[in-house]
Order: sequence, then C-alpha cells, then structure tokens
Amino acid sequence: MTHSTGSSSEGVRSLKYVEALREAQDLSMAGDPTVILMGLGVSDPAAIFGSTRGLFEKYGNRRVIDVPVSENAVTGIAVGAAISGMRPIMTHIRLEFAMLAMDQIVNQAAKWHYMFGGRTSVPLVIRMVVGRGWGQGPQHSQSLQSWFAHVPGLKVVMPATPYDAKGLLISAIEDNNPVISIEHRWLYNTHGAVPEGVYRVPIGPNVRIRSGRDVTVVASSYMTLEAVRAADILRAEGIELDVVDVRTLSPFDDKTVLDSVRSSGRLIVADTGVRSVGFSAEVLARVVESCLGALKKPPIRVTLPDLPTPTTRALANYYYPSHYDIAAAARRLCGHPKKTDRSIEPSDFLDVPDSSFSGPF
Amino acid sequence: MIDAIVTPEFAYRMFRDILRVRMVEERLRDLYPEAEMRCPTHFSIGQEAVAVGVCSQLERDEVVTSAHRSHAHYLAKGGDLKSMIAELYGKRTGCASGKGGSMHLIDQAVGFVGAVPIVGSTIAIGTGVAFASVLRGVPKIAVIFFGDAAVETGVFHESMNFAVLHKLPVVMICENNLYSVLSPLSVRQPGGRPISALADGHGIANWRGDGNDLDVVYKLGSKALAHARAGNGPAFLEFETYRWFEHCGPLDDEQLGYRPAGELEAWKARDPVSQYAERLKSREILDETKISIMRTEISDEIDEAVRFAKASPFPSRDELATHLFAP
Repeated sequence: MTHSTGSSSEGVRSLKYVEALREAQDLSMAGDPTVILMGLGVSDPAAIFGSTRGLFEKYGNRRVIDVPVSENAVTGIAVGAAISGMRPIMTHIRLEFAMLAMDQIVNQAAKWHYMFGGRTSVPLVIRMVVGRGWGQGPQHSQSLQSWFAHVPGLKVVMPATPYDAKGLLISAIEDNNPVISIEHRWLYNTHGAVPEGVYRVPIGPNVRIRSGRDVTVVASSYMTLEAVRAADILRAEGIELDVVDVRTLSPFDDKTVLDSVRSSGRLIVADTGVRSVGFSAEVLARVVESCLGALKKPPIRVTLPDLPTPTTRALANYYYPSHYDIAAAARRLCGHPKKTDRSIEPSDFLDVPDSSFSGPF
Repeated sequence: MIDAIVTPEFAYRMFRDILRVRMVEERLRDLYPEAEMRCPTHFSIGQEAVAVGVCSQLERDEVVTSAHRSHAHYLAKGGDLKSMIAELYGKRTGCASGKGGSMHLIDQAVGFVGAVPIVGSTIAIGTGVAFASVLRGVPKIAVIFFGDAAVETGVFHESMNFAVLHKLPVVMICENNLYSVLSPLSVRQPGGRPISALADGHGIANWRGDGNDLDVVYKLGSKALAHARAGNGPAFLEFETYRWFEHCGPLDDEQLGYRPAGELEAWKARDPVSQYAERLKSREILDETKISIMRTEISDEIDEAVRFAKASPFPSRDELATHLFAP
C-alpha cells in the first residue's frame, strides 16, 4: 500500500518522493555547474535508494563523487569546497553516519559565516536518511533532527511530501548556508503531485496540510503522513484535525502552529524522534510562551519512547507510534468515548511500509 | 654554512618578514597583561621560520589555512596587521568583526581562508579547497599548517588518504614543536617513528628538516610546492621547531617543569630570527644599521596598528545577531 498525500492537481504528474529528490538534484546540477554530489555510494548502482540514479552517468566523476569511508574529513572537504564557491550536496545513506562528522557540521559548517564576521560562507547541503523497518535497529534508525535544530547556523528541513521533497531540496541547494535535509526512508515510495521543472518551496514557512477546527496536530516527516491518516479516519467520527506540517524545523516559524492552536485549543505534537528534550518540546514551549490561554487541555505528544530502537519486529511493533496513537490522543482531547486500544501481536508485520519494501534495507 | 638558496633581495625580504612576525608577537606579549585582548592567544614565538619560509613562496591565490597558533601564518601570507590586532582587541574593525578573536583569523584578500582551533579540522577544509580547484579545472595549491598532535587525529589520516587518492595540490606542513599543550610526544606517539613516516605510509612525497633554519624551510618548501604545483599530488613537510612560551598566553612556563632542563635554552640558542640575521650579516646582505632601520619601521607600523585597534569601536549590540546566516 503506497500512500498518496498531496492533492492531485489537474495535469500534474505523480512522482515518488525518491524520484522528486533525484529530479531536484538533476535540475540543480543542470542549471549550476558548481553543484556537486559527494557521499558513500552516490554513484553506485543502488544510488542512495534511487535518489541519485543516473546522475553519475549524466554528469561524470567530477560532479558526482563517491568517497572513502571518511565521513569526518569528507564533510570537511565539502566545507572547503563550499567556502571556495562550490555547492556540495553530501549524502548520508543513514543519518547515523553523520555522527562521524559532527565537528565539521557543528563546529565548522554552522559557524564559519558568523565567527568570521560574514567574510566566508558555507553553501552546503547534507542529506540524511532516517532508517526504519526490517530490523534496522538502534544504529540505523535514529531521527536526530532535534540535535541539528539546536545548533545556531544550521537550517534543518524535513520534507514530508514528494512536492516538498523536490521544492525544499532545490531551495536548500540554492541557500548560501548549511542545510541539513532529513528524509525518512518510509517516505521514499510515497507518491504525489510534482510539477515538472524548477520550483522552490521556501525554507521557513510551515504549511497546513489538512484543515479542521477541533484539534491541532503538529507533525513532521513520516508522522505528517500518520497525522493525515488519522485525520481521514476521524472525519468519519466527527472530529476534525488541523494538521500543520513542520517541514522547516530550523529556523522554526511557529506562526501557522500558533494560529492553529489559538483556533482549536487542543494540541498534539507528532515527532519522528524520541520524546524527551527535542523538537516536540520546542513546539510545546512556543505554545506556552505565546498562547497558553488558548489551550483547553494539556497537549499530548506522540513520539518514540526514550529508548534505542529494538531490532526484533516484536518489540519494534510497540516502539513506533502511528495514526492509531494520534487518533486516540485526539479522541481523548475531545472527550470522545474511548475505542479499544489497537492490539498488536508480535507476529504482525508492521516493520515494512509497503509490500515493495522487502529489505534488507 | 648553507650556500645561498635565494637571491640577496629575497633573503632580505624574508628576514624582514620574520623579524616583523617576531616583533608583532613580542608587542602582543607586552600588551597582553593590559587585559584588553581578551581571547585565548597562542603565540608563534620561536616557530616563525616555518611560516615565513613557505609563505614567502606563495602566490596570492594559493591559499593557506592554519589552526590556533596562526599569527605567523596569517602575517607571512600578507594578512592585514591592523585587522589582526583589532580582532584580538575584539573590535568591530577586526578581521572577523570581533566575532572570532585570535583563534579564528581570516583574510580572504591574501588567500588566508580561515583558521580554527579544533585540531585537525582545517586539514580537511584545506584539502577541500584544493579539491574544489581541481574540480573547476584550475588546480591551485592549498597549504595547511598544523602541529605534531594533529597527525594523531583521524581527520588527518582521512584527509591524507583523500588527497593522495585524488592527487590534490595540497601541501601539508607539520610544525613539530614536541608538545601538545603540556603533553610530550612520548605519551602520544611511539618513539623511533618520525612524523614524516606517516606520509610514507599514505604514499605521499615528504621531506623533513630543521624548522628554525629559514633556508632549510625555504628549500624543502620549494621542493614540496614544486611537487604539488606540477600536478604530482600532495606533499608533506615535517619541521622540527619549538615554542618558547606557554601553550596559550604570553608567559614563560618553564616553572611547570614539563620541559626537560636545558631544552628551552638549547632551542633559544637556535633562534630562527637571530640565526638568519647572523647568516645574512655574514653574507653582507644585512648589517646592524639596516636591521636597526628595519626595526624602527616595523615598530612604527605596529604602533600604528595598536593605536588603530585601541581606538576602534566595539561591535554594537545590534551586531550580536548579524551574520548568523548568509543572505
């Protein structure tokens, strides 16, 4: 079961999220000779789950550069290329691999423009994929957007739809600052309306993806899809969700969120990361700071627990929240009678997003 | 006695450059206790020859990067003196608008692309600058200065591997001053293995020599630069040298007892500045009068730069949030 999220526009073709990423890079590289790709496997036959397919053949080895397993230095090399006028796009096929490069991302890329008084800049994009499913386990499934969003000087985006995947990536590539683009693996096969040619989704503004008067759901990335599913289920029960897709986590423009909460008075935050000390807390903090009086009930967060990801699907089934949890939270906030909790058996195959995802990735 | 390596005019110029670095550093040392330069400052005194012997051979668009002990590299590459001192004073007129201090110097106009204090970080960044020049089809040298501890980092070895893999025009220069803060080489690297041997392990052309002899630095530097400029890939230089004062700050630190007795005195007897002065005097390129005139000129220049720095305004409050993002 693949998922279609964007409303299908007349005459706009449907593209998969992964193809939208590929197209953003292709168009950017065609239009700007300073755009280069760097990363483990960017030019190999698997092409970063298909997101760089064909680019090596089209642009050659001076534009699409496979690299040694040296994430730290390679990121620094990308910083050096960026300060010299190139626009590198680094990829980490798993977000965890960026951990090896935290000095270059946090101490260097994020800070060179500020600490050198604006005399140099780092137009670097780093794409990272959040793994999930097929027993990815604790070191192939972390969603650390909160870490990166906590660093002044980094921009952090998490597109949830193919339309945003293409438009945000183009904006990120054109941005003269370091942009961390976090892509959830379970979004790769989703499809939606994606216009041809270059278009930009601006980094910053967040978007209302479903309108409703009863409960605000603030979500990002894969949880945006789960929020939309919950919205569709709850409509039949007479509960309307107002789903705000936070596609730019930093700099965080909270206007759409606050407008929605002032209107609904009920808030759910659904984040792909763990519960504590992260972006979901930031959303709650903004609401408390700016429109505390609007809240009719305390907000509810739908996140991963504060645990590493277990590998066995038996436990992973209990680890990941879904639209069931968002819907249950919305019903509680609206005072609706409780439905029975979803019962999950260890044998349930909840560790794949769709039938095409048969692992091992 | 080394045969003449360079023309008399060039030798004169190199002496003036090294004297100037020494005099700037000495002046900053004298002023530091006034507590108006309020940032960690790592003085280059004792180590100046490596910077001058190499940078004197570089074109403007051949770039240099360095780490926390970068004053000599910055000045030898032609970095603006007023901006440097104003930066240490934290003024808006500083080379980093006061936001960087001594540990984050930059002067793009002369190809000093930025120095940062995280040991090893600029080795990768400098390699990236060289890489970009190759990708653009106009290869340009990047010279990266670092100390003996930097070769212990992973990023150093990763960068060396990448540089030799892609045959990059990088010249990596290790100023081996025997200490990382207060830790001697013996607790950090195995004995009997010269640092330059690490370059052998990576398949990188390398040379090693006395970092306090300006002619030796010039000669080995020219070999390394010729190798890289010819497109033969990266080159590595190890220079033995010594820092006279504490790791960070203007004071003596012999009393801490981490330097063996007599070591500092022995290295001071090999002062790169006075060594070169004596050599040029014996070749009649210099005499005491010429040196005296040079000193006066340089001292006046430094006076002017210090006056500029002290008189310059601090950044205003509304500059706190500027330059977070490039437009």
